[in-house]
Amino acid sequence: MAADNEMLCNTGASQDANGKNIVIDCKIKDLHYGSFKAVRDTHIPIQKNRITAFIGPSGCGKSTVLRCLNRMNDIVRGFRFSGHVHFAGCDIYHHSIDAVAVRRFIGMVFQQPNPFAMSIYNNVAFGLRLNRYKGSITEKVEEALKRAALWDEVKDKLQKSGLSLSGGQQQRLCIARAIATDPQVLLMDEPCSALDPISTRRIEELMLELKTRYTIAIVTHNLQQAQRVADDTGFLYVDTSEGGRTGYLVEFGDSKQIFDDPKEKYTKDYIRGEFS
Amino acid sequence: MKETAFINGLHAEIAKPPTLFQRTADTVFRHVCGASGWLTTLIVVFIVVKITVAALPAMCQYGVNFLTTTTWDPQTQVYGILPEIWGTLFTSVLALIAGTFFGVAAAIFLSEGFLGQFIFAILKIIKMDTNPYWGKLPERMEGILKNLIELLAAIPSVVYGLWGIFILIPAIRPTCNWLSAKLGWMAFFGTTLSGPGVLPAVIVLSIMILPTVTAISRDALVAVPPKLRMAAYGMGATRWETILAVILPVATRGIIGAVILAFGRALGETMALAMLVGNSNKISLSLFSPANTLASLLANNFPEAGPNVVSVLMYAALVLLAITLIVNIIGAMILQKASSADEGGK
Repeated sequence: MAADNEMLCNTGASQDANGKNIVIDCKIKDLHYGSFKAVRDTHIPIQKNRITAFIGPSGCGKSTVLRCLNRMNDIVRGFRFSGHVHFAGCDIYHHSIDAVAVRRFIGMVFQQPNPFAMSIYNNVAFGLRLNRYKGSITEKVEEALKRAALWDEVKDKLQKSGLSLSGGQQQRLCIARAIATDPQVLLMDEPCSALDPISTRRIEELMLELKTRYTIAIVTHNLQQAQRVADDTGFLYVDTSEGGRTGYLVEFGDSKQIFDDPKEKYTKDYIRGEFS
Repeated sequence: MKETAFINGLHAEIAKPPTLFQRTADTVFRHVCGASGWLTTLIVVFIVVKITVAALPAMCQYGVNFLTTTTWDPQTQVYGILPEIWGTLFTSVLALIAGTFFGVAAAIFLSEGFLGQFIFAILKIIKMDTNPYWGKLPERMEGILKNLIELLAAIPSVVYGLWGIFILIPAIRPTCNWLSAKLGWMAFFGTTLSGPGVLPAVIVLSIMILPTVTAISRDALVAVPPKLRMAAYGMGATRWETILAVILPVATRGIIGAVILAFGRALGETMALAMLVGNSNKISLSLFSPANTLASLLANNFPEAGPNVVSVLMYAALVLLAITLIVNIIGAMILQKASSADEGGK
């Protein structure tokens, strides 16, 4: 186990045939919750220092796919996965790898801002303490809050509850909490859908800054947002042919290509707003 | 009339003002609720006043000495209830410590789906996990276990008392006496257990408060927003770290509420304690020594009480009432503090 975990952090990103720097290579053959088949045949390569967006109609499994990347789905009783997710040279679904270890290297930001019911400082320090960080926690907290563009607003009230902040600030606090431990990858599950337009814009700017340092994967139902921030975009759609509602990847590629010149009919129709 | 003019000015097809019946029903409803509220308050006040009046002669005669002396002798009419006060608090606090520990642990076990997960793992091995009937077994077993624990509250306390006397005491006696022989130099094990005593009383009492602690704590734990759990798991916290650092602190309020309720119950519990505590006016730290509590003192002495003794018993009842009241006030203060901490001292 320890050896595997070391492997997780030590090996660098792999290169694919086209010389692209792939950090996470996610290939889902099929994915079940109990007897419900949620996702099938989805292959998404996530490249280093780029923002990869998953778009698609409600219930197409885009959040499920995102949660595969740090094994958050393991919490759901009845979850079954076949396929692989290569991260740093090994399959994170290999039986010898602990899901908890995976999540320490791949941070996550959720749809609803979810700061802990503790002070702003302790929220950001949570991950550092979890990882038994030996250096100065105060410095790291400040650094993370600055990088999350929240420092100026909270520097005088670090001991106040994280819940006392506004929704947009709470979400940036959650981003600070996630990046405080310097994860390689940051997963964001509709991070702006509970926020007002101004906060949304701030978070988007923040994502563009953060991608110079981290690799970001984001789920969004806002096409404009995907267009504004994403370098790569994957379009998922729902297949009802087998009776259930199974999501699958229709098209994946450079955002510009997906939005300006989609190859598949479904993608074209969705982007033109003909269904949602 | 102003309202008539206002309504006539509007030409609404469907909307119309509330009818006389609706208005009357509203008024009646409001007054019935108000009256019930006041009635409850009045009953409490009435009981306290009556007890105080009945206790007055004894209060005048014995004063504060009643609380600080240790003799209870109807022959010479000397009364002191310090051993009972001590016994009440000693048994209740010990029962509360044990009951809270096991109760909260059980609540965590129930709320975090440990049992369900275990059963699910077994189902998975025998490939029944997606079976429409057996697949629901984990949830069902969790429900059954929860109900079983809550069922402990439905057992009458006299049954607990009997169980304590005929099963519990004989069962723990050898261990207790062994402990007393080996570790007798420690105050807790200072005497042998010859029958009823503090330890059996504490064990039964903690079982009796267990359902209260478990049920309310479980509700508080389940009420913790799932998004916090997700946040902690997303950070790479283990299950244990998530429970300790994130979930328990949020549920603290509810758990404290549970503990206060349980303490109230433990202080006032009568029947089981009267049967198990030994009814002996002693102040001892020993877990194996017999003792007495206020509630059991009252229960044991009222049958042959003359007018003078009734007044003394009323005084003791008033003391018990005061102790529970103080406990509740302290509890309310802790809750208040916890809730203002929740809001981050806004």
